Amino acid sequence: MLRIPCPNCGVRDESEFTFGGPSHVTRPIPEADDKTWTSYLFNRQNPAGVHLERWGHVYGCGRWFNVARDTRTHEILKTYVMGSPPPGPNEV
Amino acid sequence: MNRGIGPYRLLHGGLIDRTRRISFRFDGRTFQGHPGDTLASALLANGVRIVARSFKFHRPRGIFSCGIEEPNALVQLGNGSRSIPSCRAPAIELHEGLEAHSQEGWPRVNFDVGRVLDWTAPLWSAGFYNKTFIWPRWQTYEGIIRRLAGLGRAPREQDPDRYDVTNHHCDVLIVGGGRAGLCAALDSARAGGRVLLAERDHDFGGQNTWDGSGIGDLSARRWVTGTVAELSGLPNATLLTRTTPVGCYDHNVVALAERLPLPSGEEQGERARERLHIVRAGRVVLATGTIEQPLIFANNDRPCIFLAGAARQYLKRYGVAVGHRVLIATNNDSAYPFATELSGAGVTVIALIDSRPERSISEALRRSCRDKGIGWFPRSMPVNTTGFAALASVTVGRLSVDERSVEALHTVRCDALAVSGGFAPALQLFAQAGGKLVYDEVSGVLHPSGSHPSVKIVGSAARPLTAGLRVTPHGNSRRQWVDLAHDVTVADLELSLRENYTAIEHIKRYTTVGMAADQGKTSHAATLGIVGTLRGIAARDLGHTTLRPPVTPVTLGTLVGREIGERFAPKRRLPMHDWHVAHGAILHDFGGWQRPVAYVGSGESREQAVAREARAVRTASGLFDGSSLGKIEVHGPDALEFLDRFYINNLKTLQPGKVRYGLMLRETGILFDDGTVVALAPDHVLITTTSGNASRVYQWLEEWRQCEWPDLKVAITPVTEQWGTVSLAGPEARTILSKLHTNIELSNAAFPHLTMREGQLLGFPSRIYRVSFTGELTYEINVPSDFAPTLWETLLAAGVQHGLQPLGLDALMQLRLEKGFLHIGSDTDGTTVPDDVGWGRVAGSKTRDYIGKRSLSLPEHVHPDRLQFIGLRALAGRPFIIGSHLRLPDSKNATDGWITSAGIVTLTGEPIALAMLRAGRRHFGSEVTVYDAGAPVSPARVVNPPFYDPTGERVDA
Repeated sequence: MLRIPCPNCGVRDESEFTFGGPSHVTRPIPEADDKTWTSYLFNRQNPAGVHLERWGHVYGCGRWFNVARDTRTHEILKTYVMGSPPPGPNEV
Repeated sequence: MNRGIGPYRLLHGGLIDRTRRISFRFDGRTFQGHPGDTLASALLANGVRIVARSFKFHRPRGIFSCGIEEPNALVQLGNGSRSIPSCRAPAIELHEGLEAHSQEGWPRVNFDVGRVLDWTAPLWSAGFYNKTFIWPRWQTYEGIIRRLAGLGRAPREQDPDRYDVTNHHCDVLIVGGGRAGLCAALDSARAGGRVLLAERDHDFGGQNTWDGSGIGDLSARRWVTGTVAELSGLPNATLLTRTTPVGCYDHNVVALAERLPLPSGEEQGERARERLHIVRAGRVVLATGTIEQPLIFANNDRPCIFLAGAARQYLKRYGVAVGHRVLIATNNDSAYPFATELSGAGVTVIALIDSRPERSISEALRRSCRDKGIGWFPRSMPVNTTGFAALASVTVGRLSVDERSVEALHTVRCDALAVSGGFAPALQLFAQAGGKLVYDEVSGVLHPSGSHPSVKIVGSAARPLTAGLRVTPHGNSRRQWVDLAHDVTVADLELSLRENYTAIEHIKRYTTVGMAADQGKTSHAATLGIVGTLRGIAARDLGHTTLRPPVTPVTLGTLVGREIGERFAPKRRLPMHDWHVAHGAILHDFGGWQRPVAYVGSGESREQAVAREARAVRTASGLFDGSSLGKIEVHGPDALEFLDRFYINNLKTLQPGKVRYGLMLRETGILFDDGTVVALAPDHVLITTTSGNASRVYQWLEEWRQCEWPDLKVAITPVTEQWGTVSLAGPEARTILSKLHTNIELSNAAFPHLTMREGQLLGFPSRIYRVSFTGELTYEINVPSDFAPTLWETLLAAGVQHGLQPLGLDALMQLRLEKGFLHIGSDTDGTTVPDDVGWGRVAGSKTRDYIGKRSLSLPEHVHPDRLQFIGLRALAGRPFIIGSHLRLPDSKNATDGWITSAGIVTLTGEPIALAMLRAGRRHFGSEVTVYDAGAPVSPARVVNPPFYDPTGERVDA
């Protein structure tokens, strides 16, 4: 069970949150070809290392936010608000 | 004189209270012990040697260890509903009236006919059941094998006891309350942090309380008492005893299980029996000590063969000698003090044999043996043993200089053999936290490679102890036990390698080594060493198997705590719940909601009730509690723009007061939910969802609002529980509703189908929809939940003379089936796109983008042979069964589809069904064959629903 720092509420148990998958996935325009669209639907990076992802504190304040997590250790390196650009390699 | 009880209890020594006696029963015989004993120490004191039969070969087994690592002495503790299987005898505190049973052996543990398995052991090598019991099928043998492989019996009765779960937040969690753990706790607590200290024994101090050691100028026992007293006085320190770790999870979340024994004479009653502690720790300190490892030689599993450290603990802590003539075999320094102590207690120590060469053993140790007159033999190991019910003799051999062979020298008669094969740090929690372990050749066990950022190891677990050769390089490998608990021998490991299962994780699964309840605590290290030798590679290069939770077995009751029965899952009750219960409703759980499926009258079957209710709706009127229907309000100037991006339907043109039925998709184009959309005002929209999806739809809207479209000015509010929904359906609906005082004009002209009106009903605010799931004139009335029961009863009273009846979910589903209305989740699955259910034109004609739109044009989603939603009429009068497969005429396919909903036409009783059929809409009028359990059972005609009122004039009445 992860302990996730909600920017509003502080550190809470993972069971209060819902996982929303990778952040910064760009939705293609409707005119995109099938390959681009299905890649958006199904292909994800799954890195061994820093993963930028979004979590919703659905059983708490209800707020969605971004998390930078190391997938090897589960260490949460950073949280940042929705809509802000992805942190650069030196920031996490 | 306070003489001990039993032939192996010494006259002096130990921490037991010799002034008091405790009676207990094992396998029906009564024995006596003392306060301070464990079941194992008391059995040994009484000379009980065989306490179990081995898992596979049913060989006699005795007590082997003195702690939670015990692989042999697993017993069934207690009787009846409080009985617990597979308890480790050395970890059971003795108390008055304790009752335990051996788990294996028929007719009894001392005379077990299953022993024939041992005499035919070559048949039962690793993987034997995969190779042997395949004809005619495994199930033929499964029952008898499961009976033979006894692991105790789970009680059949419900557990009468209570279990608790509690939470902790602390800066430092210290696991293990021996000297190292106490020091760590004291340091942390003095520094001011919140400290939690967990010790598995009933008191703190560990080995220091009984081994006679000193700390500084104090005796260890006095030091422990003083330290515990200081810690107990600190407000920031919490001390737990009888508490074992269960597992370490991400981010330093550690689960601990605490046993809460009753003071004698007290009934269990309201007190919990065990308690699970869920600890969220800033740092974790492991003072978990070590687990002694055995030596491996032929017939090393006989009763009366003990771990040397365990034998020492029986001597020093419990005043019990493991035998009268004891041989000690070791590969490290630890057994030497035991030899001198045992000799000092008056027990004959035949010899101490050490597998290490003379030069590796210090002069002080050699002298300690010499001084006591104990024979001492370096480069010597046990080669074989004899004995049946108990150990009779041990053959001792001398190792060659290269340690590759051993020469049997002589056979000594003895009644106990104490072995020490090194010490493995108890680092399960370290590994579970993500710490890396590596096999260390010098000590022959796993050690940490590098540190962990938040888990620290202290005490003996942090100090490797040099050890010599552990496995006797000689003898019948079929008889050399590696894993006592699962009866795995060196030969099984050899076989696994021969059959090319060479990776350590494969070897574990092929041989089951380390997979017993002890999780390989005394076999893991030896397995790695032996496999390394057999494969001719360094054991450190093998890696190691995963050390999974639980560290020690934990009862299911402890994990579940109080979340049983009514508390297993929260139940959601409809506003009219009490009325439903009082009027014969059968309640079923739908997505947590307790919903009435039928109101069964006296002398009536459920089927009759459903038929009566459905007929009432077609001929008069029915009243349905639809309060679980999901209701979500969306406010803001962009409300319609926002929702338009979710529905396949055009919402931009939605006029206030008009109701639109809409479908919502996932981004993959798959149907997600359906419901109505109504604009209460241009900036205030109310949507409904299916009951089961209410919270999912809300979360879905919120995620897109916050993460993808934060520029849209909307706020989303789920209001399902705030509004009770009462659906009045049937030809008499308007007549009945007109009898209630309302300011809403109810005529069809003023309030037509697919509109919604807000107004006052009996003085309360109401939102009334003209929508229908039954095909009849319907008013779906939403009022504040608190008022809903009043409205419900008022309507029933007003409608009684018009034949109004309460309507359950079964009848409602039958009525919608007749109309061919889609039920999301019943008729659809995770592959269904709008065109499959006849909504392709609507989805395709909307030009603006919406979630899932782009996916609808993917090749797979426009394939002409997709499953399509159709109706079926029975041609042989036989009722349809949900799930039955269908085949088209001359079909070569295994299946062409299946029935998703089945029932009858209310007024005629004709069997009908809804189904998903390959290219179904091309086959209207065709005959299909209906299958049940693989056999064709009846023909059916493919039709285009509805089956009732095809023009839909009744809803417009």
